Amino acid sequence: MIWDWDYAIESLPALLRGLQVTLLATLLGSLLAFALGLVFALVRRSRVPVLSQLVWAFVEFWRSTPLLVQAILIFFVLPGFGITLSPLTAGVVALGLHYACYTSEVYRAGIDAVPRGQWEAAAALHLPRSRVWLGVVLPQAVPRVVPALGNYVISMFKEVPLLLAIGVVEVVTVANQLGAQTFRLVEPLTLAGVLFLLISYPASLLVRRLERRVGVL
Amino acid sequence: MIVFDGVEKRFGDTVVLSDLSFTVAPAEHVTLIGPSGSGKTTILRLLMCLDSVTRGTIRVAGQELTGDEKRSRQVRRRIGMVFQQFNLFPNMTVRGNLIEAPTRVLGLSKDEANARAVELLDLVGLREKIDEHPSRLSGGQQQRVAIARALAMRPDVLLLDEVTSALDPELVAGVLALLRDIGETTDITILCVTHEMGFARDFSHRVMMFDGGRVIEDAPPERLFTAPEQPRTQEFLKAVLGR
Ligand SMILES: Nc1ncnc2c1ncn2[C@@H]1O[C@H](COP(=O)(O)OP(=O)(O)OP(=O)(O)O)[C@@H](O)[C@H]1O
Ligand SMILES: [Mg+2]
Repeated sequence: MIWDWDYAIESLPALLRGLQVTLLATLLGSLLAFALGLVFALVRRSRVPVLSQLVWAFVEFWRSTPLLVQAILIFFVLPGFGITLSPLTAGVVALGLHYACYTSEVYRAGIDAVPRGQWEAAAALHLPRSRVWLGVVLPQAVPRVVPALGNYVISMFKEVPLLLAIGVVEVVTVANQLGAQTFRLVEPLTLAGVLFLLISYPASLLVRRLERRVGVL
Repeated sequence: MIVFDGVEKRFGDTVVLSDLSFTVAPAEHVTLIGPSGSGKTTILRLLMCLDSVTRGTIRVAGQELTGDEKRSRQVRRRIGMVFQQFNLFPNMTVRGNLIEAPTRVLGLSKDEANARAVELLDLVGLREKIDEHPSRLSGGQQQRVAIARALAMRPDVLLLDEVTSALDPELVAGVLALLRDIGETTDITILCVTHEMGFARDFSHRVMMFDGGRVIEDAPPERLFTAPEQPRTQEFLKAVLGR
């Protein structure tokens, strides 16, 4: 088997379209994971009796089951309960929910790293709880966790191909389809791999630079 | 103004304060002295509601600090505190630190709060630092901002916990001068923990000596510093004054 440059170049446009879907899923999944993870972290910290234990149990359980299983569950099982999602939406929900379990831990570490004196100064000024969080604690906690969040975005990006199982037409799915049509899988799949490398390597360099700026938790 | 009545504070099995009772009059300046671990910080933290009593009551302006939520919140707001470690909010500028609570808690408009901030920064001599972040200030400057931040709430009671202990020696005098100034020009009731005996002597109306969670001597500074009655006070003063 030899490498066919013409074929490789021919398959590139389709692969790039697939890559767009991969990036979109990563972007939306990350936004969901950032928001939901923060909610999880705050609820767990709130110590509202039943609720915070429930969230804790969910996070522990969800973190220890595979993303693939979760995606299949959301896409194929939820319709049985009257919730039908498109492959991409189901994929984004699966990614967001899965990674929210990790980002909630990240936020928690960030919040714990805010010195006690900051909470006490806020209390001594009688700030309402909403301002303690929004004005004092989160503005100090969140910048410190940006690199850790960034690392999870990169891992999420590399896990998007799992969504091929539920029919999301991301870049590896495209490579597969091309391979099925032409019986040549090496070129499209190699290119797909190169595309991942081209994005995740610079991204991880960026995260490392951020880590140097704000320090690792 | 402040009444401690049979206050006990325990952390688990450790009794820090036991059956502590004392009164502070309005506008009075009281300095708390005593060996490390004698419970001075604990008293201020109880007043600030950063910790809660395990027995007894604390009243400020006739109102219990704990209990009826709405009324105790009103009285708690009249108390302010300055910490040893300044605890300025690093994510805000000096201006942000000063206007946050007046706007969010007292409901002042941005303009009103800003005017108040400028006035207080004039008082502490840091007006030109208004748009700086705390990390760009020296320790002494940070502490002066922290004092201004507490004053911006117009407290009736101000609690000062070793506010010069974290400062380089050459910065202490400026902060103490500011406190003297505040003491002379306002009628804020001030409770102050300090190891600066010279300052305690000319700033306070009364000095309370603590040991083992109790007040063992309570007298005007002229008397307490020159003719302490309790042997423990004599020992303590000898140790801190190096005499
Ligand atoms: N959160 C806590 N948990 C357990 N013990 C505590 C706690 N806070 C204070 N203590 C104990 O209470 C005692 C009194 O502490 P406090 O900080 O009031 O002393 P202090 O007089 O301010 O001493 P210093 O001069 O060293 O500041 C100490 O023995 C301390 O170990
Ligand atoms: Mg102390």
